[in-house]
Amino acid sequence: MSPLLYVAQRGTAVILAVAVAVHLGTILYAVRGGLTAGEILGRTQGNLAFLLFYGTFVVAAAIHAPIGLRSILREWTPWRGRSLDGAMLGVAALLVVLGLRAALAVYVA
Amino acid sequence: MNAPVPNAAPRDPTVEPAAGAMLTVRIRRDDGFQTFTLARRPAQTILDVVTAIQREQDPTLAYRFACRVGMCGSCAMMVNGRPRWTCRTRVAAVAEGDALTLEPLRNLPVVKDLAVDMEPFFTKWTAAHGAFEPGETPLGDFAVVAPDSPERRAVDAGIECINCGVCYAACDVVSWNPDYLGPAALNRAWTLINDVRDQGREARLDAVSGDAGCQSCHTHMSCTEHCPKALAPTFAIAGLKRETARTALRRFGARHFRRSA
Ligand code: HEM
Ligand code: SF4
Ligand code: SF4
Ligand code: FES
Repeated sequence: MSPLLYVAQRGTAVILAVAVAVHLGTILYAVRGGLTAGEILGRTQGNLAFLLFYGTFVVAAAIHAPIGLRSILREWTPWRGRSLDGAMLGVAALLVVLGLRAALAVYVA
Repeated sequence: MNAPVPNAAPRDPTVEPAAGAMLTVRIRRDDGFQTFTLARRPAQTILDVVTAIQREQDPTLAYRFACRVGMCGSCAMMVNGRPRWTCRTRVAAVAEGDALTLEPLRNLPVVKDLAVDMEPFFTKWTAAHGAFEPGETPLGDFAVVAPDSPERRAVDAGIECINCGVCYAACDVVSWNPDYLGPAALNRAWTLINDVRDQGREARLDAVSGDAGCQSCHTHMSCTEHCPKALAPTFAIAGLKRETARTALRRFGARHFRRSA
């Protein structure tokens, strides 16, 4: 991978480390007393901080994972070149679309 | 070939074999494994074993050595699955019971029996700009290098490499990605990046970047674990990752955010 992809992967790893911790911490904290789906949606709906947090999380994962997947595929399969790079852009796009769709769905629900 | 096996607890190499003890040696040759039996001796090295077999049992056995004292770097091979200098490895330290398995160095093409072709190793050394670059016009004066400057210390940490290829054989990334420059070449590049007299910094940082370069290292540490000189290519490579990242960001900034002068 190029040095800029390297920076992107390590930089997003830092974001992910924080995001994963906040994500898990919030889940544990929120369900401590038992919560229904309705109560959860009641808190996330229209909550811009929620949307920004998960939007950042999704974009960071969408940058981080395909760069790593590309390394693994290059090591374990003969796949190389532009078709591989294109496919990884596709994976990134898929992660962004699916992830943001999920975050938006909970935000507007 | 298998990845290096986990570190066996080192045995005390000074423990002498019982009188009359015999050693069973499986050697991978061009047509499969061949087994030899010979007497164990005090202070016997793996190189002694191979030499005894060649002189007394099979003169066609091919292997390589020169200095036999850990200076030249030509005698490395896989000993019970791990890359080692055979001249500096005592049988007593590594034999499993009275058994040894010897194979040619991993990740390199075999010439014959236990002798490998080191050419890809040295080609990558060159590709990583492993030669000192004096520049068009040499420095006007002697460079004054303080022995305890960070650069000099970084050079010291990696300078004693003797090109034995042990780390290269230990690295899984080399076997997965045959283009990967490997720990020795990258370690060498890092010593030159820290050489204040060298004029080839930018080109060298480019040469050690990319899918064949330092960013492909997974920090597995096999190289550092196995280097008989106790060098730490893993940390040299981490230095290259930092330096190439810093340079790439600087260039990116210059290209996109600064007006060219
Ligand atoms: C706690 C958050 C995370 C941290 C700190 C983190 C850190 C890292 C680091 C440092 C690497 C480079 C490893 C290497 O080059 O040897 C890496 C690789 C990778 N990461 Fe993450 N990561 C995190 C979360 C994620 C998530 C959520 C995904 C998937 C969506 C992911 C997918 C990958 C993949 C596929 C690789 C390539 C594996 C490899 O190169 O060995 N990571 N990660
Ligand atoms: S770094 Fe160590 S193991 Fe690798 S070639 Fe140099 S001396 Fe041998
Ligand atoms: S630290 Fe890097 S160079 Fe060394 S063995 Fe591991 S992957 Fe190979
Ligand atoms: S024979 Fe020279 S290092 Fe082993």
